Amino acid sequence: MTGFLQHTFDGLVNGAFYALLALGLAVIFGMLRVVNFAHGAFYMLGAMGAYVLLAEFGVPFWWALVIMPVVLGVLGMALERAFVHRLARLDPLYNFLLTFGLVLILQDLVKSRYGVQSIPYATPESLGGSVDLGIFDFPTYRVFVLGFAVAICVAVWWALTHSRVGMVVRAATERPELTRAFGINVGRWVTPVFGFGIALAGLAGVLAAPMRAVNPLMGADLIIVVFAVVVIGGLGSIFGSVAAGFGIGLIQAWGVVYLADWPILSQTLVFIVMAAVLLWRPAGLFGREEAPA
Amino acid sequence: MRRTAGVAAASAAVLLAAGCGGGGPSGSGDSKLTDDKIVLGVLNDQSGVYADASGKNSVKAVEMAIADFKAKYGDKAVTTNISVESADHQNKPDIANTKAAELYDRKGVDAILDVPTSSAALKVADVAKAKKKLYFNITGATTDLTGKACNKYTFHYAYDTYMLAHGTGTAATQEGAKNWYIVYPDYAFGQDMEKKFSAAVEGAGGKVVAKDATPFPNDNFSTFLLKAPTLNPKPDTLGTMQAGGDLVNLVKQYNEFKLRDKGVGLAVGLMFLTDIHSLTPAALAGTTYTDAWYWNFDKQNREWADRFLKETGTRPTFAHAANYSAATQYLEAAQSAGTDDADTVVKELEGKEINDVFLRNGKIRAEDHRVLHDAYLAQVKPQAEVTEDWDYVKVVKTIPAAEAFASPSAECKM
Repeated sequence: MTGFLQHTFDGLVNGAFYALLALGLAVIFGMLRVVNFAHGAFYMLGAMGAYVLLAEFGVPFWWALVIMPVVLGVLGMALERAFVHRLARLDPLYNFLLTFGLVLILQDLVKSRYGVQSIPYATPESLGGSVDLGIFDFPTYRVFVLGFAVAICVAVWWALTHSRVGMVVRAATERPELTRAFGINVGRWVTPVFGFGIALAGLAGVLAAPMRAVNPLMGADLIIVVFAVVVIGGLGSIFGSVAAGFGIGLIQAWGVVYLADWPILSQTLVFIVMAAVLLWRPAGLFGREEAPA
Repeated sequence: MRRTAGVAAASAAVLLAAGCGGGGPSGSGDSKLTDDKIVLGVLNDQSGVYADASGKNSVKAVEMAIADFKAKYGDKAVTTNISVESADHQNKPDIANTKAAELYDRKGVDAILDVPTSSAALKVADVAKAKKKLYFNITGATTDLTGKACNKYTFHYAYDTYMLAHGTGTAATQEGAKNWYIVYPDYAFGQDMEKKFSAAVEGAGGKVVAKDATPFPNDNFSTFLLKAPTLNPKPDTLGTMQAGGDLVNLVKQYNEFKLRDKGVGLAVGLMFLTDIHSLTPAALAGTTYTDAWYWNFDKQNREWADRFLKETGTRPTFAHAANYSAATQYLEAAQSAGTDDADTVVKELEGKEINDVFLRNGKIRAEDHRVLHDAYLAQVKPQAEVTEDWDYVKVVKTIPAAEAFASPSAECKM
């Protein structure tokens, strides 16, 4: 039983990363109808940025946690204005290719400066030990990651449901045409929302730096699962992406333990779930089917 | 009619001889070199996971070998026209295949060196066999290179999965690691390592309590690490066959979950000096692994490493030293053979006993072209004992050349 709870908790920690990344992808897709392939690259930039801040400017983890999302958010907004925006009227495939190209450029820029070898980034000292959670010990840093990610998700949820901006975003996400028809200027929110989604990816990256290998390819490996998460949750569904993020984290953790004798199954579990969900509900668990244009 | 044919044959022979001997004015007239030059080709990963462990600095190492060869023989060298070509195979077998053919055919390469990633390494062995040109594999790990894929033109130079698994598995078990939990990445290298590692542990009297395949690549090992101390009997050592970025992930999380404090030590299947550098020695203190060569092992290694540091700004991994050594030994063989003709050079190399900066008690086994040499059981120093950049490990045991590698495989038919 202790083992089960431990693995469950661990699954939630891992799910927290999926949730943060999927949340960013969902708001961007909802608002812009852009599948942001570069999301993983911004996650990587968050982690690399935390390293650069610490190694070259002596800026500690806590400040990186604030600085990197802001910097990347601004960068995201600039990219939206300069590139994404121009392709918005064309086939969605154009922006898909654009963001894919961005991935290659960003990865190679980082590679050329910092190489491909993983870079050390230590856990902040105040979160170094482990905490007693009653029935088992768990690394303090992981408990922090889970708490922090849940807090962010709740805060985003609150902002979306209780603020005027949030309502506009939600309306524009779920029924963009109708929202415009009500005379609401959806366009002015597009850039900030894109920046916000990117900032979330950067935040996840900073959180990942102390517990994962920091290297130019760290986002490329992760983003595939995150796309599966978004599809399972329902493209564009904000609640769905968060729920699916944590859910997939759990399923993966349980799969590794209880399907240990069938590694092929435990490793593909996410995609099996995705295929099953797509067959059962093509728009994802929490997605709504869009009326044909 | 018969007479005409004879004359034609004779003039053809004269023409051929003239063509071959038509080198520069300094040509001795009987040069046996194709194009009157020797070209070495370094085919490796220059932008991916092995770019630091080998990569462009291996090209530098080969350039050092050429410079040393020229300095040693001067005018008496078989040729002074020696150059290096290099290509990036991105660890992809199909790219390795095309690049290898291009190096041999279009760039006039006489011998290809390096080639990390087993699947790519095996492809190049096929190309070498088809083109009848030499190939020294340095950074590929699979024993198939001297097993079912062995051929007359392929030499496996630095290490293989048998050396890694038996070095670490046997030695660590003999030193008290009795119960093992093994995790391995679920692809060819990992599966091969797991089999050989388990065999080594059990052969030395240890027990493999459990083994788990992990996804590849993978950034979250926490589930496996949580599971380790709960197994029955509780393992005293976690054996990881992960490499590169996956290894970094695993070690970071191993420390996060404080497994060493919980009585579970760590043994690593394959690790390069550059991995220790990126994880920091503190994260790995006490970890054992098998190394093919270590730069600060003795005076000879250190002197070469100092030169390498001047050239590249970094200390060499075993891959860099082995590329240097293989290039040197190829040139030496061509020198004594007086030609770059592949079959003659192969004959020159087979059975040769060599001692150089990389090969200690080295011997090129004629049966399967496994290059035998001493290997080293290494242990990462505690942070307090690290007094110099890059000097991260101490060699705890030299594994004699005769024990370091498996005996020739029955699968190898030259």
